[in-house]
Amino acid sequence: MNHVVRMNRRSFVIGTAAVGGGLALGLELQIGSGEAEAAASEPEVNAWVVIRPDETVVIRVAKSEMGQGTITGLAQLVAEELECDWSKVTFEYPTPGQNLARKQVWGTMFTAGSRGIRESQELVRNGGAVARQMLLQAAANGWNVPVSECSAVNGAIAHKSSGRTTTFGKVAEAAGKLEPPKDVQLKDPKDWKIAGRPLKRLDTIDKLTGQLIYGIDVKLPGMLNAAIKDCPVFGGKLKSFDAEKIMGMKGVQKVVRVGESAVAVVADTWWQAKTALDALPIQWDEGENANISSASIAEWLKAGLDAEQAFVGNQNGDVKAALASAAKKVEAVYSYPYQNHATMEPMNTTALYTADKCEVWCPTQNGDRALAAVIEASGLSAPKCEVHKLPLGGGFGRRTFTDYIHQAVAIAKEMPGTPVKLLWSREEDMAHGRYHPITQAKMVGGFDASGNLTALHMRISGQSIFASVRPESLQNGRDPATFQGLNPSGPEAAIGYTIPNLLIDHAMRNPPVPPGFWRGVNINHNAIYLECFMDELAHSIGQDPLEFRRRLMAQHPKHLAVLNAVAEKIGWAKSPPQEIHRGIAQMMAFGSYVAAATEISVDNGNKIKIHRIVAATDCGTAVNPAQIERQIAGSFVYGLSALFYQECTLNGGRIEQENFDTYDSMRIAQMPKVESIVMPSGGFWGGVGEPTICVAGPAVLNAFFNATGQRIRSFPLKNHNVQFA
Amino acid sequence: MARITVNRKSHDIDVDPNTPLLWVLREQVGLTGTKYGCGIAQCGACTVHIDGAAVRSCSLPVSGAEGKQITTIEGLAQNGVLHPVQKAWLEHDVPQCGYCQTGMIMAAVALLMEKPKPSDADIDSTITNICRCGTFQQVRAAIHAATNA
Repeated sequence: MNHVVRMNRRSFVIGTAAVGGGLALGLELQIGSGEAEAAASEPEVNAWVVIRPDETVVIRVAKSEMGQGTITGLAQLVAEELECDWSKVTFEYPTPGQNLARKQVWGTMFTAGSRGIRESQELVRNGGAVARQMLLQAAANGWNVPVSECSAVNGAIAHKSSGRTTTFGKVAEAAGKLEPPKDVQLKDPKDWKIAGRPLKRLDTIDKLTGQLIYGIDVKLPGMLNAAIKDCPVFGGKLKSFDAEKIMGMKGVQKVVRVGESAVAVVADTWWQAKTALDALPIQWDEGENANISSASIAEWLKAGLDAEQAFVGNQNGDVKAALASAAKKVEAVYSYPYQNHATMEPMNTTALYTADKCEVWCPTQNGDRALAAVIEASGLSAPKCEVHKLPLGGGFGRRTFTDYIHQAVAIAKEMPGTPVKLLWSREEDMAHGRYHPITQAKMVGGFDASGNLTALHMRISGQSIFASVRPESLQNGRDPATFQGLNPSGPEAAIGYTIPNLLIDHAMRNPPVPPGFWRGVNINHNAIYLECFMDELAHSIGQDPLEFRRRLMAQHPKHLAVLNAVAEKIGWAKSPPQEIHRGIAQMMAFGSYVAAATEISVDNGNKIKIHRIVAATDCGTAVNPAQIERQIAGSFVYGLSALFYQECTLNGGRIEQENFDTYDSMRIAQMPKVESIVMPSGGFWGGVGEPTICVAGPAVLNAFFNATGQRIRSFPLKNHNVQFA
Repeated sequence: MARITVNRKSHDIDVDPNTPLLWVLREQVGLTGTKYGCGIAQCGACTVHIDGAAVRSCSLPVSGAEGKQITTIEGLAQNGVLHPVQKAWLEHDVPQCGYCQTGMIMAAVALLMEKPKPSDADIDSTITNICRCGTFQQVRAAIHAATNA
């Protein structure tokens, strides 16, 4: 490390002593508290654990916290193996620069795909167990007894036969000098005492007092503020701007071209920058996408529903033949719109650039990529770059991207030595998202004369995220992630039905609108298509939708178990009360099995009141059931906001919705009561932040059909004048 | 110039009087607990109290707050003791990402000043803040709990 970052909970001083001495700053970040970064100078037991003489246990967390509770869950896993006192536990973030310098000792910092805990659980548990062994060894060495005779409980170490005791804090320094053991035994989850319990989050208090510093709150001495406008038409460019018109405005310091397509105003305050930017005359070269509209995209996708060429995701039997000979066929076409993440905290990054060093402070789900972005945008070598991760005001997948970090560094490069905070307006956030991909689906089912489902063809037409974001992950052009929740098998996202003749394929159509991972990703539309159509199939032959599903799920016991759990809890076997109608849905994704059942009433044919939601999750291993319940309940807000309100439409090549007035989100009045069933069946580790979102929509839509006889197949519901009561 | 009183402390600020109070609080007074979410009074992340009433500070020019008592989230705890609503929030482990929570708490405190025992319907009609993480179930429980504090 070529600089030392030292922080404590009430202030942190960046003592920057850059190699070559070009920059020697003593910046006091005006940060009341908040996430502390790993202090490179603080003695550690190992990369995961620092124990101070006062017995405070600092657990390092490499994943980003955006509300999903990953800090607390990962700390529980470390603490469990460490055998420390949970009440003494706090946490800190290692920086991406430290991770790089230490050869990725903390693994990948990428935090998405509901992987925060399941991807790193083994690494962090091992880290905790190794640290415990080192602490035990240090105590044993001090007593000159075999380590096998020593034990650790709750931060205390004992040698039973001699009755001697010591504490982690007393032996931590000696432990840190020992060679780490190569093999450690991890606990069986059934023996857990700290992990597996519904503990409270470690990071709450500062969120209640306004003391937590998010990226938007960073303040550095001499810092200026930047507001930015990127060409509103995707793929368009910045032609010209007339800086003279605004240079006299109060506080304005500089107008900067950013890349090929954006312009930023730098001013003393952000409000001054934004006001001047709004007054800046800008000419855009809108380019070839200026004529694209939602209608033209829909037309193109529609053609894909019957296209010859399509990538196969799941196939067995002979669907064509089975449909041709079916006694009864059912067909339906669905569609799903573009949607924006709309994190509450808009995109932002603070950057400080000199010829010798570039540092950024940012909210990111992707620490390693953020560092790569700084290296790329600054043109400096890796040891001269650093990223300080701040807590995220929402992520939902948007902050896996580094576009705003590139922009901030580009602006800071124009003003060497001056820290600049770039903050997007909400309008910029709506105009330049990484949108939920747009798709349509044609569903065709076939029954034999006895009413058995013999064939299902699911044709998805539309956008691939990987084609835009991760083209190296395409398989001969095919995007495997498109079939999320529909795969024939596997531990991640398998379909829960066995159908004798099945074809699920994808006609890829990639409009020039940047897609991204939007909490839940491809299961959001896949679950609506599949789970609403399963209902349609059941009703078409007069069968109960639950019974109809059960018959197809015999080979999928875990899918069936969550479905049965919600059916039982909502009382499916008994008729619902008068005016109440039920819907049900299930799916597997992110390694977990989820299901939901709803009870709704519908007033006047279009006003939905959701009385009750029961949701079940089998995530294999539950690290913190209380936080899992919060993720489940929150998933209904994210999923039902999308279902009822949210759509990004295009006109003239640009997104039409500019703010929450036209891109609404649920409020507390619409929040249904969510009853969660956390039912880990053991033996695997599934994610929890995302899977449940996808069953929210179909469970409500299926109930709406039961209430009204109306099957809605395009979204959001507001387009059908269907709304919350 | 504007003279405003924030958390019982007076500030003379060199600022365009049309500047929204939110940005004066964040950028001139240095209190960043009040958040920017939309700028059009839709989301409520910027909620503060003006003379005891909840106001969305992103849409109020600073000139409109002169001569009034402004309370921000930083002024809620007294002498280091959390407000009962903050305590209830802590007890119910309400926040997820936390970004909207300061505004949510300010809205809840204002509601409880108006109606010490609010019904669910009162909560529904008064607490109109956006939370994208979806903490509403805990928010409701915490508001009810705070009434018993």
